[in-house]
Amino acid sequence: MAKQKKSGVSLWQEFSKGIVKQNPVLRLVLGTCPTLAITTAASNAIGMGLAATLVLVCSNAAISALRNVIPNKVRIPAYITVIAGFVSVVQMLVKAFAPDLDTSLGIYLPLIVVNCIILGRAEMFASKNRVLPSVLDGLGMGIGFTAALLLMGSIRELLGSGTWFGMTVTASLFDPMLIFILPPGGFFVFGLLVALANKLSDTDGTKQVAGCAGCPMSATCSKAEKSSGCAAETAVSTEAKEGDKS
Amino acid sequence: MEEKLFVSPSPHLRGSDTTQKIMLDVIIALCPAAAASVVLFGWRALLLEVICIAGCVLAEFICRKVMKRSNTIGDLSAVVTGLLLAFNLPVTINPAIALIGCVVAIVVVKQMFGGIGQNFVNPALTARIVLMVSFPAAMTHWVMPFYYRTGSLSDALTTATPLALTAAGSTEDLPTVVQLFFGAYGGCVGETCSLALLIGFVYLLIRRVITPVIPLCYIGVVALFTWILGGDPLTAVLSGGLLLGAIFMATDYTTSPVTAWGKVVFGIGCGLLTVLIRRFGSLPEGVSFSILLMNILVPHIERLTRPRAFGSVRVRRKKAGAEK
Repeated sequence: MAKQKKSGVSLWQEFSKGIVKQNPVLRLVLGTCPTLAITTAASNAIGMGLAATLVLVCSNAAISALRNVIPNKVRIPAYITVIAGFVSVVQMLVKAFAPDLDTSLGIYLPLIVVNCIILGRAEMFASKNRVLPSVLDGLGMGIGFTAALLLMGSIRELLGSGTWFGMTVTASLFDPMLIFILPPGGFFVFGLLVALANKLSDTDGTKQVAGCAGCPMSATCSKAEKSSGCAAETAVSTEAKEGDKS
Repeated sequence: MEEKLFVSPSPHLRGSDTTQKIMLDVIIALCPAAAASVVLFGWRALLLEVICIAGCVLAEFICRKVMKRSNTIGDLSAVVTGLLLAFNLPVTINPAIALIGCVVAIVVVKQMFGGIGQNFVNPALTARIVLMVSFPAAMTHWVMPFYYRTGSLSDALTTATPLALTAAGSTEDLPTVVQLFFGAYGGCVGETCSLALLIGFVYLLIRRVITPVIPLCYIGVVALFTWILGGDPLTAVLSGGLLLGAIFMATDYTTSPVTAWGKVVFGIGCGLLTVLIRRFGSLPEGVSFSILLMNILVPHIERLTRPRAFGSVRVRRKKAGAEK
């Protein structure tokens, strides 16, 4: 009964957590392979995000419905089989109705099968929860994934080719920086976005205590609580300076 | 009376070296090359150097302010980075591109990893590579030295670097060794004049800012390996960014090994990679990439070459004996 009550209260939370707080790409750092590979253009990002969202919602629903039937020992192969089935459906749909997207996504479309986000949500959420929360979880995670891909794709396309969804934006004003549509640029943007997401979500969840109380050395530190200058911090900084000199 | 008795952890004796003094020495050592660059490539080279230094110092200042950290522009390391970055750019480069390089070097490579002493690769080199990959045409637009005597930059005679000529197989257009030594050939602003770079090297050695291990291993291996592969070792050493890289970039304290044997391994690795890239890679020059790759390997090199403490016994052998 408690479980039911809990899920009733937090249905909105199950949906919304994937968008920012537990964004699969920027906070959980899952599914980095498609993220880095296909975000060279914003349109790719949308296509990939929607395809993955569809698979995620369907597989979460199916796995959640089957969670009491699947034996624990063979759950991973079972999940993969379910996911692969939906990926095949999506792949055929994309091939039939959006052949351009199919060529630009290439191998990464079938590779949704091994996308960590989908397997991760199946393992972490769908196998332990009822169908409705699982669907909402999949939808939220999918939207979070799509949003992160769109953000990265937009940044990389704008800086790397001066266009957005194929429309010329800045390419006529200055030379685009090619590195952003190459793999190293993908890693740059990805790293910076993860850093930014961590910075923005620092305030909730793991709240850091400022000052001496939050310092791991506060028990042994002689200066703790006595003065504003933290001994550990000054020790570390002088050490760093010594290191530079030598 | 109490105040005269200090109880403090080691070190008890401190040298007078500061980051600022060392960086000042490096800047002085770079001055001959800067002067040579102005003689060879005109006032525009000076302008480029000023822009890069100003850009790097400003980027460092703003970045430290935004990150709410103590200000470190006084240690002059940003000036060195800026000057080295300018030395690694062709004189024809658009100043805006140079400023992007400054931001990459200081903000992305240095400050994002915690500032001076924390960066795992050389900032100026990484900025050069980022620009090289981003703007391949602008970064390989070379002009002949002394172009300013005959006209403006726009109608200056473009040329290829000696390494590009070697890679293309047209050996008859190669500059002579004397030209290579004095820098009268196309290339980056600060890399061409070997004489000026060697003066800087000698200055750094006299001031004991660097040890000669890395540059000598690096240059020696390049010469040897080029000779083995049938090239002219002297041309290989004097052309391209080898001297600049070996003397000023590979010896960067933060990104080179501290152990003596580590320095040897680092230098040899840089040399081998440079020759391999020059000879078999798709780019004519490989100094930047080889130093960058070896920078990344530095922690492993240091771990493998950690010196044994005096008088200590190897534990592993003892253990093996005990097991038997």
